[in-house]
Amino acid sequence: MTDIAWIGAALTAARPQAVAALLRYFRNLDVAEEAFQEACLRALKSWPVNGPPRDPAAWCIFVGRNSALDEMRRRNKHDSLPEDDLIADSDEDPEAAMVERLDSSAYQDDVLRLLFICCQPDLPATQQIAVALRIVSGLSVQEIASAFLVSEAAMAQRLTRAKRVMMKSAVAFETPGPVERAERLNTVAAMIYLLFNEGYSASGGDAHVRVPLCEEAIRLGRLLLRLFPSETEIMGLTALMLLQHARATARLDENNNIVLLDDQDRGRWNREMLNEGLVLVEKAQRQGIPGTYQLQAALAAVHARAARPQDTDWSQIDQIYAILEALQPSPVITLNRAVAVSKVRGAAAALQMLQPLAQPLGSYFHYFGVKGALLKDLGRTDEAREAFNKAICLARTAAEAAHIRMNLDKLDS
Amino acid sequence: MFYCILCYNRESELQAWTREKEATVMAQREAVAHALATQGRLGPVGRLMPTTTAMTVRASRETLVLDGPFAETKEQLLGIYFVDCKSLEDALSVARSLAGDTGALEVRPLAQFYPGIGLQ
Repeated sequence: MTDIAWIGAALTAARPQAVAALLRYFRNLDVAEEAFQEACLRALKSWPVNGPPRDPAAWCIFVGRNSALDEMRRRNKHDSLPEDDLIADSDEDPEAAMVERLDSSAYQDDVLRLLFICCQPDLPATQQIAVALRIVSGLSVQEIASAFLVSEAAMAQRLTRAKRVMMKSAVAFETPGPVERAERLNTVAAMIYLLFNEGYSASGGDAHVRVPLCEEAIRLGRLLLRLFPSETEIMGLTALMLLQHARATARLDENNNIVLLDDQDRGRWNREMLNEGLVLVEKAQRQGIPGTYQLQAALAAVHARAARPQDTDWSQIDQIYAILEALQPSPVITLNRAVAVSKVRGAAAALQMLQPLAQPLGSYFHYFGVKGALLKDLGRTDEAREAFNKAICLARTAAEAAHIRMNLDKLDS
Repeated sequence: MFYCILCYNRESELQAWTREKEATVMAQREAVAHALATQGRLGPVGRLMPTTTAMTVRASRETLVLDGPFAETKEQLLGIYFVDCKSLEDALSVARSLAGDTGALEVRPLAQFYPGIGLQ
């Protein structure tokens, strides 16, 4: 089986490890990328004839490294030219030797480093994502441009600029210590989640789900988790993305309007993806080390387990928010917790929680939406109307405004 | 005689497959399975979730529970159980009770399951 689709998938899958190893070897991103590109070209020629290699990543590293060295020698003209097809014609089995030399621990840090250098703090978040899609995922400039809804020329320019920033920064090629590794994992996880969110929610205007970005983020999450199988936050991150993405098709109606969780047709949720997410949440929780991705995934898991909205275990949601609040105090988290509290202990208790949030969330759409709903439940119609009116003013999308207007209509009837 | 047929492939590649590729491969396998089922020869079939969901229970002086799939190459696959479990913890406790004092058991949830005929 050496059809083009298979070769494409094999090269896509090999790319992060191969480029990462070539980067460690050459310590230059351009050389590493070119070397991998050369290996891909040779793969397209060689694999259909010679059959697929046992380990495509190792093959690409070996072939890519040799071709880049050849290129350097050719340029320097110091050494005699090596045979063009040295690799294919040699008697020894270079692939087996290569596989032996590449132990998985080096792979781990190589791939992590490659992802990490895309997360330059000097680059805006969207550029970090774009660069990661280009370098780690190997998406074409055209694919990235269309995912970001910009022209190809604009994206090419952005990528060139971003790469220039990356080249200037110093990257540590030594094996990172545990603390540094943990920091890198955190940074990379944040970038992957940003990538996911870029696909999940268009900021403002017409909302839609850009599936390829979500799927690429999940693929990178799984890749990291394969390399770091005990990292609970990577489990949590991957679970969170799976649980959210499982609901993607139910999240939009036929007119591309957002359907809120309670109104979604749960039969349209992707069960396979949900189940994988649920297992990962449980696996992460076993270690008893709470983290923000893990807790957010746990929240999504509670919703995923409820067959109908009224089956939702709100007291569990309240508990998870309490842990999240302690771990990462934020008025938005308190607001979300208040919603759970209203379901468990009633609207009055929830409204009380909202009081200290009036200042920090004074221009936050959801604050007034929640406040209005709670006041409505307590029969304080006039105050509810006031809150809903404020919410409408702060709505960022037509769907948000429409949702509040529906609540206002219910108040009047 | 019953035979167990185990499917191997590089997971990272499967995850890079296009939907069309995935559909083609699955359709081809389902056609074979369907023919076997019609002949009354098909036992349980399962598609495993990715190895990232796996845990391994290893029997030694005390039973160890590790994150990740079974990765040693010096031990061989010798048997397989399909068990309905309420949770991962439940599955791990079944594996612990099976482990006794020797070998390793990988616990991996199923993405898809077809029970097949009750083989005699």
